[in-house]
This record gives sequence, structure tokens and C-alpha cells, in this order.
Amino acid sequence: MDKIIRNLAIGLLVLMIFVPLGLLAVGETFGEWGTEELEEKLGFVPPGLEQLAPMWSAPVPDYALPGDESETGMVAAYYLSAILGVIICGGLLYFVGKKVARN
Amino acid sequence: MIPIWVYAGKKMSTELRSRQVPLLALAAAFSFVIMMFNVPIPGGSTGHAVGGAIIGIVLGPWAAVIAISVALVLQALMFGDGGITAIAANCFNMAVVMPFVAYYVYKILSGNTEITSSRRIIAAAVAGYVSLTLAAALTGFMFGIQPLLYTDANGVPLYMPYGLNITLPAMLLEHALGFSFLEALVTALIYGYIQKTDPSILYEEIKKSKRAKTRRAAPA
Repeated sequence: MDKIIRNLAIGLLVLMIFVPLGLLAVGETFGEWGTEELEEKLGFVPPGLEQLAPMWSAPVPDYALPGDESETGMVAAYYLSAILGVIICGGLLYFVGKKVARN
Repeated sequence: MIPIWVYAGKKMSTELRSRQVPLLALAAAFSFVIMMFNVPIPGGSTGHAVGGAIIGIVLGPWAAVIAISVALVLQALMFGDGGITAIAANCFNMAVVMPFVAYYVYKILSGNTEITSSRRIIAAAVAGYVSLTLAAALTGFMFGIQPLLYTDANGVPLYMPYGLNITLPAMLLEHALGFSFLEALVTALIYGYIQKTDPSILYEEIKKSKRAKTRRAAPA
């Protein structure tokens, strides 16, 4: 493997170690509110959203394990999400890339 | 969005060298992780960098479309982040507009300078700043037109409750004053590192060497 790829991968690993820092931020990103948050903000849920919301329920909503709200549980789930994301994104593109790449 | 993905996939498969494949995999993983770093800003909101600029510059905008889209789709499906119905809009802003804007801003500012020139690091930083700010403004615009387009019979907004007068400044300002600096920093750091260690993996350099090769292969 190229040395530079290895070093960039190490960089990514270091980044992953610090990923729980992302949990420190309170509040939701603008426009990414869930239906409950909107209910709080507005006093009602926009009806179109209310209809669409149950269309899909994510297996790991908000990078947290449902039911476990303890601090360690949240950090563990966030780590797990990062690892899963890296493996799935990286793995998928690695195999697709290998298939389509020339020489 | 689907035709763009198909076209980007085709472009990527003609351009991609097998040496770049690990880089492509890393890029998608990196984009996924960097978006998990929520940064708080005054006012109780949060936001994040995307990594779209550096990916566009290093792998080329077409491969970046694919890499960032994969990260965004996974976020939406697995983690309920961004939302299923917003996948197309999110991918358009963060996986298409962003890497293309970044790549061309970087190219224009770099001009004919040597690949090792430090002016290119500044070009990369500006590309990161401009591309995220623009993508955010576009997202703000998409938010803001929703209450104009979609209301029920009583005028109650069906989806996004806030109009352009709120969404556009909100998205534009919080990025222009905050997250875009982070994107610029990340872009410059990674660019500087690659430029110093092995600039031959940069999209431009690969394109250049490919052109040189076909010229040599052509009969005199």
C-alpha cells in the first residue's frame, strides 16, 4: 500500500478517536429537526412531514441506541456508528472501485 | 439526482486508476466521519463541515459525487440523519455543487503555478470556504421556498415552516461565519500534506500524466 494512503488512514483513525466531541454540541442542525423538535418549536407538526415521517425508521436513529440515554452509552453508540459508517462507506467504495478501475 | 449519479459513475469508471481506489474508499469514510463532528454555534444550533472540497480536489469532482453521496445515503438510511426524502437535495448540494465549485475555484486560483506552490494551499482553503458557503446558501434557498410551494388549504406549511427570510440568512451566515472556516482549514491541511508527500495522486496530476501518455503513444 502507498505510504500516503496508510498515513491518511491513520489520520482518519485519529479523527475517529475524537468523534465523541461531536456529541458535545447541543441543539439540532438548522433544518434537520425531527417531528418532536418541531412540535416544541412551533406548537404543531407540519402535516406533510407528519405524513412522511413514518415512511422510514432508521435502525440507529441519531447515532444512538434507542433506550440507552446514559453518557457512556451515547459515546459507545457514537463510536460504533463511526466504525460502522467507515466500514460500510469504505468497504463499498473499495469493492466498487476495484471493479471499475483501470489498470 | 439519479441521472447525475449514473453519469458520475460512468465518468468515474473511465477516470479512476486502481491506485486511487483506496483513496476513494478513504474519502467516503472521511466524509462520513467529518459530518459527525457537530460544532455548536451561538444561538443553540449546530452544524458541520463536509469534506467535499478536498475530495473534489484530490479525486476529481466526478468521483467525489459518488464518494460523498454514499456517505450521505448511509447517514439517512442507517442513522436517520438528513432524512430519506431529502437525500436528493442533500446529495445535490453537498455531493455535486460542493466538489465542483471547490475544484474549479481551486483550479482558477492555482493558475499555472507549480504543483508544489504554496499558492495552491491557499487556493484549496478558499475553495473549501467558498464551496461550503455556496452549498449552504443553496440549502437555505431550498428550505425557504418550501413554505411558498407547499401549504395546505389553510396556509399551514406542509414541510418546512420557515420562509426564505429566515432560512437563507440562517444557513448562509452560520456557514460563512463558522463552519466554512472549518472546511477551509480541513481542506488546506489535507491538501498541504498530500502536496508535500506525494502530489502525483492528485486528480490534476493524474489527468496530466494520462494526457502525456496518450501523446507519446500516438504515432509520430
